[in-house]
Amino acid sequence: MDNRRITIEPITRLEGHGKIEIFLDGKGVVERAYFQVPELRGFEKFAQGRPAEDMPQITSRICGVCPTAHHMASTKALDALYQVTPPPAARKIRELIYSTFYVEDHALHFYFLGGPDFVVGPQAPAAERNVLGVIAKVGIETGQKVIAMRRRLRELMALAGGKAAHPVFGLPGGVAKPLTAADAARFREVAGEAVEFAQFTLGIFEKVVLQNSEYVDLILSDAYTHKTYYMGMVDEKNQVNFYDGMLRVVAPDGKEWAKFRPDQYLDYIGERVEPWTYMKFCYLKGIGWKGFSEGSDSGVYCVAPLARLNAAEGMATPQAHEAYQKYHATLGGRPVHHTLANHWARVVEMLYAAERMQELANDPELINPDVRTLPTATPREGVGVVEAPRGTLFHHYKTDERGMITGANLIVATQNNAARIAMGVEKAAKKLITGGQVPEGLLNMVEMAFRAYDPCLGCATHALPGSMPLIVQVRDPRGSPLAVLRRDSDGSIHRE
Amino acid sequence: MKPKVAFYWCASCGGCEEAVVDLDEKILDVANAVDIVFWPVALDFKEHDVEAMPDGSILASFINGAIRNSDQLKMAKLLRAKSQVVVAFGVCAQLGGIPGLANLTDAKGIYAEVFKDGVTPERLHQNNGHSLSLPEFFDTVVELGRVIDVDYYVPGCPPTPKIIGAALGVLLGSELPPKGTVLAPDEALCEECPRKDTRPEKMLLKEFKRVHQVVADQQTCLLAQGLACLGPGTRAGCEALCPRGNMPCTGCFGPTSRVRDYGAKALSALASVIDSDDEAEIARILDALPDPAGLFYRYSLPSSFLGRRRME
Amino acid sequence: MPETFEPKIVAFFCNWCTYLAADLAGTSRIKYAPNTRVVRVMCSGRVDPQFILDAFAKGADGVLIGGCHPGDCHYQEGNYKMLRRFALLKRLVKQMGIEDERLRLEWISAAEGERVKTVINDMVAKVRALGPRAAASQKEVA
Repeated sequence: MDNRRITIEPITRLEGHGKIEIFLDGKGVVERAYFQVPELRGFEKFAQGRPAEDMPQITSRICGVCPTAHHMASTKALDALYQVTPPPAARKIRELIYSTFYVEDHALHFYFLGGPDFVVGPQAPAAERNVLGVIAKVGIETGQKVIAMRRRLRELMALAGGKAAHPVFGLPGGVAKPLTAADAARFREVAGEAVEFAQFTLGIFEKVVLQNSEYVDLILSDAYTHKTYYMGMVDEKNQVNFYDGMLRVVAPDGKEWAKFRPDQYLDYIGERVEPWTYMKFCYLKGIGWKGFSEGSDSGVYCVAPLARLNAAEGMATPQAHEAYQKYHATLGGRPVHHTLANHWARVVEMLYAAERMQELANDPELINPDVRTLPTATPREGVGVVEAPRGTLFHHYKTDERGMITGANLIVATQNNAARIAMGVEKAAKKLITGGQVPEGLLNMVEMAFRAYDPCLGCATHALPGSMPLIVQVRDPRGSPLAVLRRDSDGSIHRE
Repeated sequence: MKPKVAFYWCASCGGCEEAVVDLDEKILDVANAVDIVFWPVALDFKEHDVEAMPDGSILASFINGAIRNSDQLKMAKLLRAKSQVVVAFGVCAQLGGIPGLANLTDAKGIYAEVFKDGVTPERLHQNNGHSLSLPEFFDTVVELGRVIDVDYYVPGCPPTPKIIGAALGVLLGSELPPKGTVLAPDEALCEECPRKDTRPEKMLLKEFKRVHQVVADQQTCLLAQGLACLGPGTRAGCEALCPRGNMPCTGCFGPTSRVRDYGAKALSALASVIDSDDEAEIARILDALPDPAGLFYRYSLPSSFLGRRRME
Repeated sequence: MPETFEPKIVAFFCNWCTYLAADLAGTSRIKYAPNTRVVRVMCSGRVDPQFILDAFAKGADGVLIGGCHPGDCHYQEGNYKMLRRFALLKRLVKQMGIEDERLRLEWISAAEGERVKTVINDMVAKVRALGPRAAASQKEVA
């Protein structure tokens, strides 16, 4: 490669394809760094003409690492589309599968994807910077424990959802099959292990990272710090919730900037195209796109663990809440602006997911055989939103009266982080590469700037700017419809 | 010296990578037996590392994902040159997969839908004196075997740990099967399905149902209940995971060896159970299958005879 | 002078009815458009949808299937099997951009030599008006 340009291709230890192009001036100083995503498959286009009920299984193929997230958002969009509410047992089964998946996926990132940077070392030889290197470092017994935990979680996901990779449980108004008492017992058993495992993982982070002053300095360093807005889904107590709730945005100073129902997202989130990448950049409409910049005047915002723990004011389960408080206390309070703290926040979330798994597995209503409400309404439009492990995930479908998709709008997790990732890669490159000569380990440290977000680029290369009508159904407290209002893309409002 | 293997993803979702990780403890045995020289999801080796390898020095490359752009085409050819054996891993590499549904449209259609603001990503772009490139985005998605010579296929979306384990066993064994073999049982899924014994003597349906319209019984044959289960037209090997999840098979293991166009035969199988000789009644029954292309070609459109919808 | 497009029609005719009708048309010196390539099958029920799609893929602009009238099938049920398959295949190929006129199923009995002429002439005219099934560039996929 010529000495004015460094190409990292492909970027590694994440889901998806990407490359980083770093341009140096004559003195070996970084002029500009670009995070390019070269992949695109066009799901929103080929979703058109598909039956809506096929969307949970089609959209799960956007990502094989987080298929359950897409499947879940899609299923919730179908609930809205057909105006059906799942019976309580079905909702609990969904949340149980989701919590199980969260433990597994967050653990995958910690041990396989991002973890090697810390456990083995950011500038360790490339051949060692991977899960095998992690196992060599933490010991084969721990390695086997990690693998066994993952296996048991995946078995449960298949038990309840048909398959662990690309599950089949999602239907409008419910799930495909109920859980038996024996199933619930297995979930209880594994949930207990999952809670222990999450605490164990926190322990590893403590020992390997927090007790290593070099790593702590790295986390707190300016190279990996950005002061942006943060968004996450919260319950009515402003605690983190992955499955359902309101979306809360806090400003760089931590104060609440907005709180809205997920189906109002088009009022808050905009997208921007740059000609050098397929990934579109999300920004807050209320602030506006001010370029790749940070601060309260820039619409750039952040999602996923770091952001969720900033946007919320606590965790809904006791051990996770304790871990949350310790996390903020150590890092100087809410909000935390250090990107690498994502790795820690992710483990706090892992603990919450495990505790939530335990709560649901112990709920007697879980094994109620009634898990379907059959739709009767004519479908038209529906929005389904969840917190995917990598950020807020929006599925928005429009159909004809037969339930055939006429339009699909997907804003996928990592896209919300796209601008901040691009900024992070450039900032890290600028701060770390100063003398022209760039050892491979240093290039890995540039990659660490994106890896902390646990990006999913297969996911991120989707979405189209929403210019579809928004339909609001007004219901009385018992749920009976009172009125249907429609706001067209030109802003005009009609009563249907 | 340990034999070298590589894993790569083209237009892929990463599920096949997860499937390899689902080997669980066995992955440590694999890691001990071979040198993984390229696997972007998990290891930090880069493209230039592969380019530097002598031709044929990789024993086997496992490539998943369909071919959607020029970068993926380039990597497929590169790995072919560096490898003795290439295995098309997963249904996207074998038949085109779900990304292949994009063959119902084309590049223009996708760009128009995804990039509506007036700015579109460019193949070559100059930004402040920096020249940046993106790969060429093809109009048509193709399966791996269309652009390089493929030695073996491991089917599924994704392949199951059992199928992967069996495939590895065969590949590391003493006698390699004939080139082009699909490494999975060569019979229909019905043979493996726990609901097999509930199939009626003669399968005749007066109507089909869409999955959200009924609550499926957990024991009875799904097709017999009127759901569009493609088990009869699909290769076995997965042990009927979706029917165990109480949902119909959607065909991700592709056809048996005696079928050339999966969708055509799956269509034939479903048509054959329609209980009517009357054109008008047949038409009414078929209204419950509103998307034949999406149903029958969900995973196999690029590999079908037609390959894609007619270009405008 | 521009060449007029001449469509290629692949025809699958059943041995007992339509093929005999085509023979009859021949011996009766009935002239009809020469665009069809006829494949004789024992029964219209033998026509696998794969044959039809393969024909289109290999350059056919239209595919015609000829069988016995309902109730007259030499093998009792074969033409009904074709009917059911055909109904579903028609919907599938429509999604693939293949127009209605390009795929046709006709019941033509052994005595109906004239009908062979009418059907083929009609189909050739309609497909000629539509143009080639696939644009030349579509043959390149990558």
